[in-house]
Amino acid sequence: MPKENKNKSTRDGFGDALLALAKKDKNIVVVSADLAESTRVWKFAKKYPARFIEVGVAEQNMLGIAAGLALADKIPIATSFAVFSPGRNWDQLRISVCYSKANVKIIGSHTGLGAGEDGASHQALEDIAITRCLPNLVVLAPADYNEAQKALAVAIKHQGPIYLRLTRQNTPIFTSAKSIFKIGQANILQKGQDVTLIACGALVYDALQVAKKLATQNISVEVINCHTIKPLDKKTILASVKKTKKVVTLEDHQIHGGLGSAVAELLAENYPVPVKIMGVNDTFGESGTPEKLYKKYGLDQEHIIKNIKEII
Amino acid sequence: MPTLSIAELKKQANLIRQDIILMLERAGSGHPSGALGMADIFAVLYFQILNHTPHKPNSPLRDRLILSCGHYCPVLYATLARAGYFPLVELKTLRQINSRLQGHPHNLSLPGVENSSGPLGQGISQAVGMALAGKIDQAKHQIFCITSDAEHNEGQLWEAIMTANKYQLNNLINIVDCNNIQIDGKTTDIMPLLSLRKKYESFGWKVLEMNGHNYGNIIATIKQAKNYQKGPVVILAHTIPGKGVSFMENKYDWHGKAPNKEQAEKALQELRQAV
Repeated sequence: MPKENKNKSTRDGFGDALLALAKKDKNIVVVSADLAESTRVWKFAKKYPARFIEVGVAEQNMLGIAAGLALADKIPIATSFAVFSPGRNWDQLRISVCYSKANVKIIGSHTGLGAGEDGASHQALEDIAITRCLPNLVVLAPADYNEAQKALAVAIKHQGPIYLRLTRQNTPIFTSAKSIFKIGQANILQKGQDVTLIACGALVYDALQVAKKLATQNISVEVINCHTIKPLDKKTILASVKKTKKVVTLEDHQIHGGLGSAVAELLAENYPVPVKIMGVNDTFGESGTPEKLYKKYGLDQEHIIKNIKEII
Repeated sequence: MPTLSIAELKKQANLIRQDIILMLERAGSGHPSGALGMADIFAVLYFQILNHTPHKPNSPLRDRLILSCGHYCPVLYATLARAGYFPLVELKTLRQINSRLQGHPHNLSLPGVENSSGPLGQGISQAVGMALAGKIDQAKHQIFCITSDAEHNEGQLWEAIMTANKYQLNNLINIVDCNNIQIDGKTTDIMPLLSLRKKYESFGWKVLEMNGHNYGNIIATIKQAKNYQKGPVVILAHTIPGKGVSFMENKYDWHGKAPNKEQAEKALQELRQAV
């Protein structure tokens, strides 16, 4: 494992990568809905004002404008909080973007309980469910700052719409800046024999910590970082599960319709084994620090360990 | 495209109307009112105003026509076919399995269709996006958007209208079909729009109005809009829904109903006699 760095958020990874990529690619334009600072595009706005479009608090229009820019061969980056985009503009995402295969990159920040103190209204817990059901759309949920940078670079190279799921809170940087990020290719971060632990987003770090702790108790956990929720890496997941025959999934999202559901769909059809889906259990969140919220809603390391012990 | 005389434009519009009736009768469903009402304006746009090349539908220099009210597509399809984008014979496949002529437009299915639409209010934002791209590129082409009056019930439109003013998009012309009907009744009963002129003016747009069936008026008004330099222009086009077919004119129950064989024959007879 690479040495841990200081904490940063995936939205910071996105914003920093955007600045670097925009220098090389003049077709990159940003469409913002009055959250330029929070979504980390304000540096871009200052540096490239002619390529920065501010539409105000109007997410439906933001995505439509992004679609129009894409149809005119720009590479629009449409940024907001995920509760608003894709939360509020799903119809525009479906028809203006996905049906038309418009080359729009939809950036949804402040996802999950990790959005914290703003409370339930601002914690996107449904965004994976409402995006992974849309044809032509790729869904990415990077695990840390480094991976968010790579995810944006790959998203810009990819021809077609992509939803990039980002987080507000600072979390450890634990993936290597040099490791390969490929759409649809999950990374096995730790090999194991007893159970496959599949996670996405900021909770991948906790999955790894849990695997380390359980190793001392002679429980061998295989940890998969499933940064691409769609298209799902069926090959890597099936190969791992055929070996371990038990699965726990972990995400900062509702248990219905997210990563866990995607994995369960795959396994139900191809290799049915016991699965525990860890996420937010059909309830809204509330205000609090991410740490306290994860503990209260059953997503902290203690709960992950408990669930693994129950399934093996 | 070679520009046509007014007599030739009228003939094209009449043929487009006949196509619309034939397509909808064969499909057994679809929306005749708005399509028939806009036939004159579409004929003028595609045979006189737009800079476009049907055999090069993706030319970067082309003017773009964004149909925001997707259910008007029979008039778009018939006009595109008449202009040479695809064979006329294909019109009869509208709404059928494996057809390129989808029930509502899909940009990836048919050449000449710039955007996908159906859910109202989405086209105008895309038109604004294309106009912004044109500004960034300092391009010369213009973006024409077709919206309907009742489509202005959708909040997204007003978001887009604000943005067009903010960026002073003088390469954008929105033609609003003011035909005073929508599916469930008259616009005044379903949702009063009051004065679209005053609304657009207060949103910072230049407002023009025209009689959507008077060719001299249509041509002059669109040319005036094209030449306006200060910002976006809206043209409130006053049309008769179902225009050209007596029993459909001004009747909102023809908004979303196809004619049966007998009705279609009667409509075609009227249209043929009108040439």
